[in-house]
Amino acid sequence: MSILEIKNITKSFGSLVANDNISLSLDAGEILALLGENGAGKTTLMNILFGHYTADKGSISIDGELLPPGSTEAAIKAGVGMVHQHFTLADNLSVLDNIILGTENLFAWRQDLSGARAKLEKMAEEFGLAVKPDILVGELSVGERQRVEILKVLYRDARVLILDEPTAVLTPQETEGLFATLKKLTDKGLGVIFISHKLNEILAISNRVAVLRRGAITGIVKTVDADRAMLAEMMVGHKVTRPRLEAAAAGAVVLQLSGVSVSGNTPTPLLNNIDLEVCAHEIVGVAGVAGNGQSALASLLSGLTRPASGTVELHGEALGEVTPNLMVSLGVGRIPEDRHASGVVGEMAVWENLISETLKSSEISHGRFWIKKPDALKRTEQLIEQYDVRCEGPLQQTKLLSGGNMQKLILARALSSDPSFILANQPVRGLDEGAIAYVQTQLLAARQRGAGILLISEDLDELMSLCDKLVVMYHGELSAPFVPKQKTVQEIGLMMAGHRPETGQEAAYAN
Amino acid sequence: MDLIEIFLTTGFWAATIRIVSPLIFATLGELICERAGVLNLGIEGIMTIGAMAGWMWVYQGGDLWTGVMFAALVGGTFGLVHSIFTVYLGLSQHVTGIGVTMFASSLSYFIYRMMLPDATTPPKIIPFQTYPIPGLSELPIVGEAVFTQTPMTYLALLCVPIVWYMLYRTPVGLAVRMAGENPVAVEAQGIDVLAIRTGAVVVGSGLMAVGGAFITMSAFDAFFFGMINGRGWIAIALVVFASWRPGKALLGAVLFAGLEAFQVRAQQVAGASILPYQFYLMLPYLLSIVAMVIMARRARYPKALLVPYRRGERV
Repeated sequence: MSILEIKNITKSFGSLVANDNISLSLDAGEILALLGENGAGKTTLMNILFGHYTADKGSISIDGELLPPGSTEAAIKAGVGMVHQHFTLADNLSVLDNIILGTENLFAWRQDLSGARAKLEKMAEEFGLAVKPDILVGELSVGERQRVEILKVLYRDARVLILDEPTAVLTPQETEGLFATLKKLTDKGLGVIFISHKLNEILAISNRVAVLRRGAITGIVKTVDADRAMLAEMMVGHKVTRPRLEAAAAGAVVLQLSGVSVSGNTPTPLLNNIDLEVCAHEIVGVAGVAGNGQSALASLLSGLTRPASGTVELHGEALGEVTPNLMVSLGVGRIPEDRHASGVVGEMAVWENLISETLKSSEISHGRFWIKKPDALKRTEQLIEQYDVRCEGPLQQTKLLSGGNMQKLILARALSSDPSFILANQPVRGLDEGAIAYVQTQLLAARQRGAGILLISEDLDELMSLCDKLVVMYHGELSAPFVPKQKTVQEIGLMMAGHRPETGQEAAYAN
Repeated sequence: MDLIEIFLTTGFWAATIRIVSPLIFATLGELICERAGVLNLGIEGIMTIGAMAGWMWVYQGGDLWTGVMFAALVGGTFGLVHSIFTVYLGLSQHVTGIGVTMFASSLSYFIYRMMLPDATTPPKIIPFQTYPIPGLSELPIVGEAVFTQTPMTYLALLCVPIVWYMLYRTPVGLAVRMAGENPVAVEAQGIDVLAIRTGAVVVGSGLMAVGGAFITMSAFDAFFFGMINGRGWIAIALVVFASWRPGKALLGAVLFAGLEAFQVRAQQVAGASILPYQFYLMLPYLLSIVAMVIMARRARYPKALLVPYRRGERV
């Protein structure tokens, strides 16, 4: 029996067709996975369902009743609940406040707080989602915030629960907890739409999989009949193989951090007394849940922040006052976390972004004052060709490039000077499979050439497959390095949640 | 008389409560706007036009209380103008606010001159009179300081718990606070963020205008140029001082008003004249800055303050 019926939904943004004639149905007690790459139209479809966007064509019905388009209120009333990828919670307000917003008559003279509290406690018990109602949301961990989001939906008696990339911010253990919750919800007859691009999770949790590519459904299959390779091909449109790490002997030490601390505007330091060593011909991966100090580490190595204590050595020489300029001149290639915010200046042309790190070289400028524009353009054309940046040419505005091509531009800038150390912070985040394979191949090629690479990522699979060594970051501290194959995903997951293998391992396993 | 003795006089406390009244209206008004995520720099102008509108209503033969309501209505209208630009069109709250202030104050003077072209000395109305509250006004010190004031002062003091209750104990108050913290969360719960913000700005601006009206209808009996004299800007600082909480706003306003009442008296104290009187005039502002620096360091401001919300935009 289907509770949700999506029929022929089409939605365009300008010339981009985000959803092309999509039809889907969801049964009660079922988990339907919506699989697709970034930009395939998953989130757009869900935003239409939830009334954030209005579809150009098509209809949505719940229990056979048509849903009026473009009304979040109507969608909520009909029983649709959505847990957004970026949580829609207010940090400075309590859990209870966040949950009851919008559930009462807006112009009532008083709130029924005790009734709300009782209902919340009953629900929390029923679904095993324990929360403290009066704590501020800002004090909760990411996993707990997600629990609040789910409770918020359940509080409004939702029957269709949409989860948009719910595991992106969770440790492997928290993900298992979420999956257990979802099972309980479907047992009670809720229908769940689970949006993801992680194949193993989809195979683990869903009953059916709908695959989206470029706004259109490329297939709907039962999960029991599906496997990884098949889903990947449906998602990408062709066979994709990611590059593999080939054995290489590590060379001399390129980067050495000893006892480095970085303090921020917080009571605890952002980086606390960390030691780290990266050698030539080596990729060292930094695993960890976002927000545990990765950004501080990246800022430090990009020359944006200075250590409060400890030493940073490049090729055995201690760095004093670090600046971005110094790092570039010492041969550090930097791939920043957020392409749009700190990678490129979107308003400026491709060539301007490409030469921005080499402005002082005599190849590009006369005495640092005058840019030799013809030479700069020629150089840009070479790099565009070499790194396969798909654009109209050097003069195109950079913000018009797709994510993958923007990342290729950044790669071209960072790697063309043949850096001896490369800081790659989330280099494949938000890219499609083809671009991911390209970026990873380039990093591996740089490693072959002798660069030492520090790869920061939240994707454990990526780290396991690309890195010679791994360290885990938790609350600004780094674990001892280890070879990825020597630990299981579960063990690393525990380390990401703060367990130290020396002390907490057995206790954690006992749970 | 010693400087310290000033604090022991009933007159000092009565003056403090008198001075604090318009500040309470204005600070609460600004607080409501900012809690919803909208900085309202139009406050100075809205207070000016409130002062003019309320006074003019009475001068033209209207009754005092309807004059207060008229001032609130005019203030709310300018709040609506502010929110059309900042909430619906998502324009800069700073620029719009300054524009509203300049427009509203100039318009006040313009209308005043248009309606009273020949007045050389400012004409007067019969303002609110002190109304000692039976029983309570008999109490020592507080009786005279707090309970022998005009009805508008009582209204100001009453507004503190009312605004607190509205913000913290009603569904609409929760929606207002949430709109200032994370408008996406409000939208996700099916509530119209723009309507909530507009409502808050209109109500807040109405309160500001009543604060202005207090000055022409309760503190004085006439309207003249520049009489708001920066009280709006002080209210904006008080909101920060109060960490966006109504109770603390009252505390901050009383502190500032106390300094103001103190400096007037301190100027007259023999022996205090070693310092030029301008020093005493400056004192409340100087100490406000010090207090702000201490308090504002710990302030947890509404996260979405100054951030326009656009519906359907990709987040």
